[in-house]
Amino acid sequence: MIAILSVQGITKQIGGLLAVNNVHLTVGKDEIVGLVGPNGAGKTTLLNIISGISSPTKGKVVFCGEDITALKANKICKKGIAKTFQIAESFPNLTAKECVTVGALFGNNHPVSMKEAQEQAVGILEYVGLPKEKVDTFTKNLNVVELKRVQLARALASNPKLLLLDELTTGLNPKESIEAVSLIRKIRDEGTSILIIEHVMSVIMGVSDRIVVLDHGEKIAEGRPYEVVNNQQVIDTYLGDLDVF
Amino acid sequence: MLDISGLNVFHGNIQVVWDLKLTVDEGEMVTLIGPNGAGKSSTVETIVGLNRNATGSITFFNENILGLQTYDIFKKGLALVPAKREIFPKMPVIENLLLGGSDRTGWESSLQHIYNLFPILHERERQMAGTLSGGEQQMLAIGRALMSEPKLLILDEPSTGLSPLLVAQVFRSLERLGKEGITILLLEQNVRHALDMCERGYVLENGRIVLEGKAKDLMREKHIQKAYLGI
Ligand SMILES: Nc1ncnc2c1ncn2[C@@H]1O[C@H](COP(=O)(O)OP(=O)(O)OP(=O)(O)O)[C@@H](O)[C@H]1O
Ligand SMILES: Nc1ncnc2c1ncn2[C@@H]1O[C@H](COP(=O)(O)OP(=O)(O)OP(=O)(O)O)[C@@H](O)[C@H]1O
Ligand SMILES: [Mg+2]
Ligand SMILES: [Mg+2]
Repeated sequence: MIAILSVQGITKQIGGLLAVNNVHLTVGKDEIVGLVGPNGAGKTTLLNIISGISSPTKGKVVFCGEDITALKANKICKKGIAKTFQIAESFPNLTAKECVTVGALFGNNHPVSMKEAQEQAVGILEYVGLPKEKVDTFTKNLNVVELKRVQLARALASNPKLLLLDELTTGLNPKESIEAVSLIRKIRDEGTSILIIEHVMSVIMGVSDRIVVLDHGEKIAEGRPYEVVNNQQVIDTYLGDLDVF
Repeated sequence: MLDISGLNVFHGNIQVVWDLKLTVDEGEMVTLIGPNGAGKSSTVETIVGLNRNATGSITFFNENILGLQTYDIFKKGLALVPAKREIFPKMPVIENLLLGGSDRTGWESSLQHIYNLFPILHERERQMAGTLSGGEQQMLAIGRALMSEPKLLILDEPSTGLSPLLVAQVFRSLERLGKEGITILLLEQNVRHALDMCERGYVLENGRIVLEGKAKDLMREKHIQKAYLGI
């Protein structure tokens, strides 16, 4: 498989803490890779480094054959990596449509007009399943599921080759999670590779082709979903007593 | 202990909860479930005074609390772990915890209990709360509510963002607290788990209670199985 993303020996030191410690990982073309691990393992930190929000202490990030380690977040977005983030906190006074329009205007590699961007926004919001009557609602007035859909739509608006999802399905009930799983699969089937962080194991098991496990900043396991959930170290540090689900 | 009747809750001039009736007796563990946007958070935010745009009656030990300030309600023994993790980001972990209740005798043993449950908070005592990872912030929000040793503990989706291992530990710890006599009102997306643990439950849909009863009876309801458990 051709790797579209290759993380090579990334380390991030914060004070005396190695939040990420010499991590190597790849995401193949049209692959969904799950990134899991205990709270504080360094997952979000790693995603922030890939998307250019923070810079590593050591190591390289290569995307489609190009070293992007030193690039700023907006450049990386235009190269084709999109990450979801907390819309309600960032843009409480924008409507769902406006949020996604901004994504289409500024995230795309080629220039788009306002009108085009707005049309795209409406189309993507429909694609991710936001009810029509909510398109002009302020994001601060949306409920959790609706917000998640807008977050996803905003990331998709830049036409990414690689989508980074950090706990997108957190807060959904089991039925809603099942819907999320099929939406994520559909996005991949249409040609976007995905790196997804999630603690809800039914979602991770449902979408991932491969799972990478971090603990204390280090990669402790990697493999197919069933291999990883049967790995004793993963059970001891992360999964615990799976019976509860 | 907690007695709510005829409660209507608004955001601005939009009504989101209608004529809600809900009671929690001393020593009980009760769950309030419902789909996203049903009005669960709005209801509990109203109980603790974070939202006072409401009509109806809420009493705690037969004393009206609707309309009181959050801090005054908190002092009566009612603590909420909010869905939005309202921690103080520019303060260290330990100070966030002590805000939960360091003016009370026995707070040291509460702190010890919280550190046993979440050892990482102990390790990170001096770290600014805002730099904690998502799950670490959730642990802090739960820990701070526990610090006050409330008479009634309300938890709004406490398992959000926690690793599977910790979710199990938090639930076990809530069960233990329940046995020790703390009364609990639990809002939780993991409906099966909530119904397993609690004695009674209410189901809120579109701002109205549509079902209530013993947890084990609710578990057998066709509607619950289909809409919430994905069976
Ligand atoms: N400025 C900082 N000072 C000290 N520690 C920090 C700082 N920023 C992050 N950390 C620590 O780095 C570790 C890694 O955090 P990160 O957010 O990457 O974890 P995570 O794997 O995403 O966890 P979660 O599943 O809880 O979201 C955490 O333990 C966090 O407390
Ligand atoms: N600050 C607000 N302003 C306006 N409307 C709001 C506000 N907060 C919530 N709402 C609306 O009130 C309704 C109830 O929301 P609430 O958050 O109470 O539901 P919930 O049952 O807790 O859902 P969830 O499972 O998503 O947490 C929703 O339609 C939501 O969009
Ligand atoms: Mg994280
Ligand atoms: Mg809620």
